[in-house]
Amino acid sequence: MSRRRFQMPTPPGVDEFHSAGGDAAGMWATHRPDEELVATHCSFCGVQCGMHLRVSEGEVIGVEPRFDTHNRGKLCPKGVSAYQQISHPDRLTHPLVRDADGLRRATWDEALDRVVDGITRIQAAHGRDAVATYGGASLVTEKTYVLGKFARLALGTRQADYNGRMCMVSAGAANYASFGVDRTPNPISDLAHADTAIVLGANVPETFPIFIRHYWELLDRGGTLIVVDPRETTLARVAALHLALRPGTDAALLLAMLHEIIARDLVDTDFVEAHTVGFDAVAASVADWTPERAAEICGLRAADITEAAVRFGTAERAMINHARGIEQQVMGARNAMACINLCLATGNIGRPGAGYGTITGQGNGQGGREHGQKCDQLPGQRSIEDPEARAHVAAVWGVDPDEIPGRGDPIFKQLDLMEAGEIRGVLNICSNPIVSWPDEQRTRRLLSGLDLYAVIDIFLSESALLADVVLPGSAWAESEGVVANSDALVCKINKAVDPPGEARDDIWILCELARRLGRGQHFPYRGAADVFEELRRASAGGKADYAGITYERLETEGPIAWPCPSTDHPGTPRMFTDHRFFFPDGRARFNVVEYEPPAEEPDADYPLRLTTGRTVAHYLSGNQTRRLGYLVEQAPRPWVEVHPSTAAALGIRDGDSVRVESRRGESVLPAKVVATIRPDTVFIPYHWASPVAANTLTISRFDPTSWIPAFKTAACRLSRVDGPAPEPSRPPVPGLATTASDRVAVAPSTPAPPTTVPASPTEPRGPSA
Amino acid sequence: MSYERSIFVDPSRCIACGACVAACRECDDHRGKSMMNLDFIDRAATTAALPTVCMHCEDPFAPCAEVCPVDAILRTEDGVVQSPDPSRCIGCTNCVNACPWGVPKFDPVEQLAYKCNLCYDRTAVGLAPMCATVCPSDALFYGTAAEVAAARPSRAVIDVFSFGDQELQTGNQYVVPAELAGSVLPLISPP
Repeated sequence: MSRRRFQMPTPPGVDEFHSAGGDAAGMWATHRPDEELVATHCSFCGVQCGMHLRVSEGEVIGVEPRFDTHNRGKLCPKGVSAYQQISHPDRLTHPLVRDADGLRRATWDEALDRVVDGITRIQAAHGRDAVATYGGASLVTEKTYVLGKFARLALGTRQADYNGRMCMVSAGAANYASFGVDRTPNPISDLAHADTAIVLGANVPETFPIFIRHYWELLDRGGTLIVVDPRETTLARVAALHLALRPGTDAALLLAMLHEIIARDLVDTDFVEAHTVGFDAVAASVADWTPERAAEICGLRAADITEAAVRFGTAERAMINHARGIEQQVMGARNAMACINLCLATGNIGRPGAGYGTITGQGNGQGGREHGQKCDQLPGQRSIEDPEARAHVAAVWGVDPDEIPGRGDPIFKQLDLMEAGEIRGVLNICSNPIVSWPDEQRTRRLLSGLDLYAVIDIFLSESALLADVVLPGSAWAESEGVVANSDALVCKINKAVDPPGEARDDIWILCELARRLGRGQHFPYRGAADVFEELRRASAGGKADYAGITYERLETEGPIAWPCPSTDHPGTPRMFTDHRFFFPDGRARFNVVEYEPPAEEPDADYPLRLTTGRTVAHYLSGNQTRRLGYLVEQAPRPWVEVHPSTAAALGIRDGDSVRVESRRGESVLPAKVVATIRPDTVFIPYHWASPVAANTLTISRFDPTSWIPAFKTAACRLSRVDGPAPEPSRPPVPGLATTASDRVAVAPSTPAPPTTVPASPTEPRGPSA
Repeated sequence: MSYERSIFVDPSRCIACGACVAACRECDDHRGKSMMNLDFIDRAATTAALPTVCMHCEDPFAPCAEVCPVDAILRTEDGVVQSPDPSRCIGCTNCVNACPWGVPKFDPVEQLAYKCNLCYDRTAVGLAPMCATVCPSDALFYGTAAEVAAARPSRAVIDVFSFGDQELQTGNQYVVPAELAGSVLPLISPP
């Protein structure tokens, strides 16, 4: 065996373990005698692994695995390292406000009043809708509920949206259109019962490592695994069939598969007739989608497409799972609908091992999209345009239904309103748009141009650097609440310690802002428990019904899947077992899917396809994980994956610096020359800001239904450059590099290693604390 | 194998996530230092990866302990080859060089060697080691051969390896394709 380590230039010095909150070693003592174990779940992805936080003298000092039904004690490197953010030295411990010299320390009174003055002034001059809220789906559900209510009742704006707009909205739109409810129908553990499973656009081993177990259960039983991904992931490596298609062409493959299933008489006609609507139109729409036609578009062999269709269509029990790969495209929602069409046509829904599942990405990816921080939604997954829903929620809130504003715009539609000066203020909590939104240069311009940009966060993100006011909020272990994981299991997050310094619970911050806006009467919460009791009533009778879930039940019974309408209801781990769907007639909908090419096709100037994604060491925009010792060691910087044949043609060798250019911008990154990617495609992980950002390259094109950005499809070109690629900037910290000059892009030549204090050309100013 | 449960390494399952490396750093005996190795076999060609954990060699008696001039590495009766005793270790790195698996690590600042002690504080009280507890993929599994056989019917376990002419029987084991049952797995071919 030749053991060849991949050589990648690593930056000089990464965080010492102890500087990231690690505790000194105590030989032979796993646990301190005085320590307490606090049962909770991870702060990161949609798996929501159970874990214990080790707490001693008011500090979180470590992690102890915890056996929960869905993780069985297992953790990924992010989960193992999550506790290190709590006592991290980079934490925001006091409010910051911007003056001529940049961000400086302020009191809570001054900072809150700045936000309230800004809101009042903007709304007086430009109307209530000129101020928007932008939330996050890593917040516990109680915080998202308060944020949605804050937007509607304290600000009176219709412009509320959240960062699930980049994550779950395509799947959500498809779920609504097909099933009438937005929830993954089958738990991922159903894979253990499946005969065939198709996974599309989901790098499960890196993005949901804990779920990999269920794929092994499928394979150990002799099941067939089919993976659709432009890259050979470690899951694709063990698949019976790996369809490495061109990014953005998934719909063509799915339409051809349905064509083959119909042509080979594999349709479950009994199920289709009894439980669905619209099959004939869909069947007609795929009549000319032959495998040959799709093969040409996808860059696959027609025989492989047929084989995938036959294996799926002939299986007694088959499942489809997908994640962001097929969702972050202009075809995002339609791709998901095409997957559901396949399941409905073959009767694969509502049975163990037969069904469909979208793997949600964020920690509260499911719960964060249910209770009102979304532009078109009220609590309980109710439509803000439905008079009955408005009346119910208005009664719970104690207001007139007319006081609740109407439907707002998805955040990426709001960007055009910012461009036009119609939205002038944004309250941003728990999200880092500079790294996560497409087209970083545009993001910087729009956020810098706001009259008021206020940020609530636990670390000073690249976006918070541009803010007028930064309010230090609470990390996940500093307040309690619930999250709903990828399987819609509602899990209890428990408080382990108090927020550091002057940082406050996010719920307190929102309530205090409401009070200062003269709307405190609607926000009387002492904490998350009060919010949850109101949320239960607000969601009662809605699709996402939490009425029967209590903190006490979650503590004693463990996670419970919604809908759960009464306290004696066991929850709903698997949906549609009675084949009744959430439409008045109880039938599922087939949706006709028209194919549309990727957002940007390669041409002579930009001949390669760029697709972006994640790496196992980092979570979302990296505002947390880029500060944690081991995770920085594991993935200190992004890279560009290039196929050997493409690299050879361009004179690029493994480890060379490569300039990646698109019509939006450029980044210089080290090349990782690997045969595990299509020759016409390159891949960059997106967790970093410029000068090494993937999102300087991505395109501002969106799915017309879900408004998800087309992160997976852009055109680019590569060229080799001499010398080392620039290092990532160190994640921002208060007191360093928070000057006004940060409001323009960081110079690409800044050689600051990620975890040492940058030798900044501008002297650090602002607070010295 | 002199202890009831051991670690079973199944390279075919490794997803290279690094959870084992991260978890090993959390061990109270060596916090901040990982005793795990995680390698891509040939990243240019494949995503296949291999976690390397101390195999707690049994026959011949642990090479790391055999070459230690000050007997700092002890093997307890339960078969666990312990980490060098810091009060004895002279930092000679013999163990680092002798181990056929490349497991012991030398800390040049402390001038001390470290190696996996199978999370003795955990395994001694019935818990699994950190690496095998967290491994999302069960590429590292802590349990009995019977449990592995029941869960993975198409696989076999082996605990004898060859390095050239030298055979080595270990406490921890490898999960391999069934056709390799009962064989000696050659890790370095004879010259």
